[in-house]
Amino acid sequence: MRILVGQGSCGIASGAKKTAAAFAEQIRAAEMDVPVDVTGCIGLCYLEPIVDIYDDNGEMTRYTKVTPDTAKLIFDAHVVGGTPYTPAMIPADGQAFLDKQTRVVMKNCGIINPERIEDYIASGGYRALSKAIRNMTADEICDVVLGSDLRGRGGGGFPTGKKWVQVKRQSEPVKYVVCNADEGDPGAFMDRSILEADPHSVLEGMIIAAKAIDARKGYIYARTEYPLAITRLQIAITQAKERGLLGDDILGSGFDFDIEIYQGAGAFVCGEETALMRSIEGRRGMPRPRPPFPAHKGLWEKPTILNNVETLCNVPQIMLHGGDWYASVGTATSKGTKVFAMSGDVNNIGLVEVPMGTPLRTLIYDIGGGIPKKRKFKGVQLGGPSGGCIPEHLLDTPVDYEEIAKVGAIMGSGGVIVMDENTCMVDIARFFMEFTQDESCGKCTPCRVGTRRILEILTRICEGKGKPEDIDTLRYLCDQINENSLCGLGKGAPNPVKSTLEHFLDEYEAHIYEKRCPAKVCKSLIRFEIIDGPCTGCGLCARNCPVNAISGERRQTHVIDPDICIKCGICEQLCPYDAIEIK
Amino acid sequence: MEHNQRTDKHLCSNCHSSEYAQLDLVLNEYKDVQGNLIIILQKAQEIYGYLPRDVIKRISDVTGHTQAKIFGVVTFYSQFRLNPIGKHLILLCQGTACHVNGSLAVEKAICHELGIKDKETTPDNLFTLNNVACLGCCSLAPVMMIKTGDTEETYGNLTPDSAIEILEDIRRKEGLA
Repeated sequence: MRILVGQGSCGIASGAKKTAAAFAEQIRAAEMDVPVDVTGCIGLCYLEPIVDIYDDNGEMTRYTKVTPDTAKLIFDAHVVGGTPYTPAMIPADGQAFLDKQTRVVMKNCGIINPERIEDYIASGGYRALSKAIRNMTADEICDVVLGSDLRGRGGGGFPTGKKWVQVKRQSEPVKYVVCNADEGDPGAFMDRSILEADPHSVLEGMIIAAKAIDARKGYIYARTEYPLAITRLQIAITQAKERGLLGDDILGSGFDFDIEIYQGAGAFVCGEETALMRSIEGRRGMPRPRPPFPAHKGLWEKPTILNNVETLCNVPQIMLHGGDWYASVGTATSKGTKVFAMSGDVNNIGLVEVPMGTPLRTLIYDIGGGIPKKRKFKGVQLGGPSGGCIPEHLLDTPVDYEEIAKVGAIMGSGGVIVMDENTCMVDIARFFMEFTQDESCGKCTPCRVGTRRILEILTRICEGKGKPEDIDTLRYLCDQINENSLCGLGKGAPNPVKSTLEHFLDEYEAHIYEKRCPAKVCKSLIRFEIIDGPCTGCGLCARNCPVNAISGERRQTHVIDPDICIKCGICEQLCPYDAIEIK
Repeated sequence: MEHNQRTDKHLCSNCHSSEYAQLDLVLNEYKDVQGNLIIILQKAQEIYGYLPRDVIKRISDVTGHTQAKIFGVVTFYSQFRLNPIGKHLILLCQGTACHVNGSLAVEKAICHELGIKDKETTPDNLFTLNNVACLGCCSLAPVMMIKTGDTEETYGNLTPDSAIEILEDIRRKEGLA
């Protein structure tokens, strides 16, 4: 028997360490010999902490939302008694969430112990490397990747095989492989999960890439905000070196390759490839014009392959099963699977890996379980700060680089943020613009100044001071910034505004012409009122109002003075009778 | 020399013999490494908690990077600090999922409770508040991470009330409440 406790960042934040400790304590007290092991995140974030118990016959029972108290009940029933503890077993919707996915990249996530190389090898790991290094030439490796039609999963969607061939062709003897693990898009967390749950698959992909272009040195550029991912990567690198899978003379082939982790120091723009390389060089992470592309002059001006985490994780599977196998899944132009990080106003929050071509509706309703609290769907944000918001009537759009772009969003790194009717789309546009404006490196004027002008206008509109000409000005600024910015950050920055202007223009108009926020989010455009009927005059709101704006006799309907009210919303949260209405 | 004028108040307990002993070890290891500047600054900040002016000068003297260049790099990246931070660093996530789930209300509550704004430190040096872009725990939104020395703890599904309770809990453990 073996007990596996999911301990990715989100599992740990949900209390997985305490759960694991509770099991260990029970086992110690009962003087039993059952190992309590660590695994990564399986992607069922909304059901954490998750515990898998493997019986001696290999059968696995999965428990969800396991608190230390539940752990004791499971221990007594299952570990001691031999019968599964049904009340804590994975619910049907959780099982369906997993069953409806196609897992290629995430096949090991939440299954193996990421801190033990033996687990990775036992699940077929490093077999692709062995095949590539021992039996394949550099050309053959490139041909397989080209044949798979794998495209960059970081957002750009550039064909990976083409990138590799371009670098391979360079006569310069020194080349680099860089893994972009600077997952900066707010709302995207698949790369963190993969790094925490299956770090060896990233290393294996990088070593195969190195063999294809004959590079001796690789870097993983990881966010400093992901300490657990960095720790597990470091463990994986050490273990791979001990096993002769990394370092000098890999698998006795005479091929040398070393990987170093480079911690980013916190700058969103460093997810852009040219900026990322400047940052590794120890400089300000500012993009530079392309060409020259990194394939010609990259890190330290040498030819460089730069791929994202998810892209590299696909490589070992493609090597093992062939390019044709990979290309058989997906649409005409987008092959394979894609991992999405689904969050926001959706029932089943977590990581979802589906074949390219799956409609967004399937993602949100079938797998995600729809919108909580019987609220209405309003939009889904795809692609983070460079992406866009997609409305209800376009939900049948398949996930495919070109199709997503046609409706005004981008595939991006795969952040999917679902928004219900209580979300103000002007506020969302303002939120993203605040982010890009803050993260703009300041090198080129359209991005530095343009994003600030857009933010000023959006803030004005949210404050009820919008002017009729603002909509045209926004459109003009969006086009200018998109056409004239130097890098992807600037070019993509207007997308959240453009897409909301296109699909949710009525909300902008309500803010500007009627001074009304339909979703009742923008503070300047709403007021709080106490409704006569439900109010019992309990006085809870009046006692908690930070500015004493609420008055009334005991057991009588209270009143909010709109001139004093700062619209903090505390009264609305506290009222036990739902007597406070936002108008 | 400039570093003689420094007060010792921002030195960590590990720096016994000389105020630069640990920094010099780092400088010796990395001074000839290509692209060393950010790594050196990260390690220096680990030692001192922030990047004091004379530490920047020392790095400049040993590595040959001009102080202006170092300052340029320091101010470009959000990780680097030019001022000391409190014992507990609150990293409050303002990512999209957290925004949609009410991170602004949480921020307001924390600011009100501690009497500080983003990037400020409480007068008792116990807490520093930093808004951050995304901690990647979107399923638990709104989220904050509290860093205390080398350990970090993540708290999810925050409400204004639960965030304040967490801070009060820390204060209690510090014997201040």
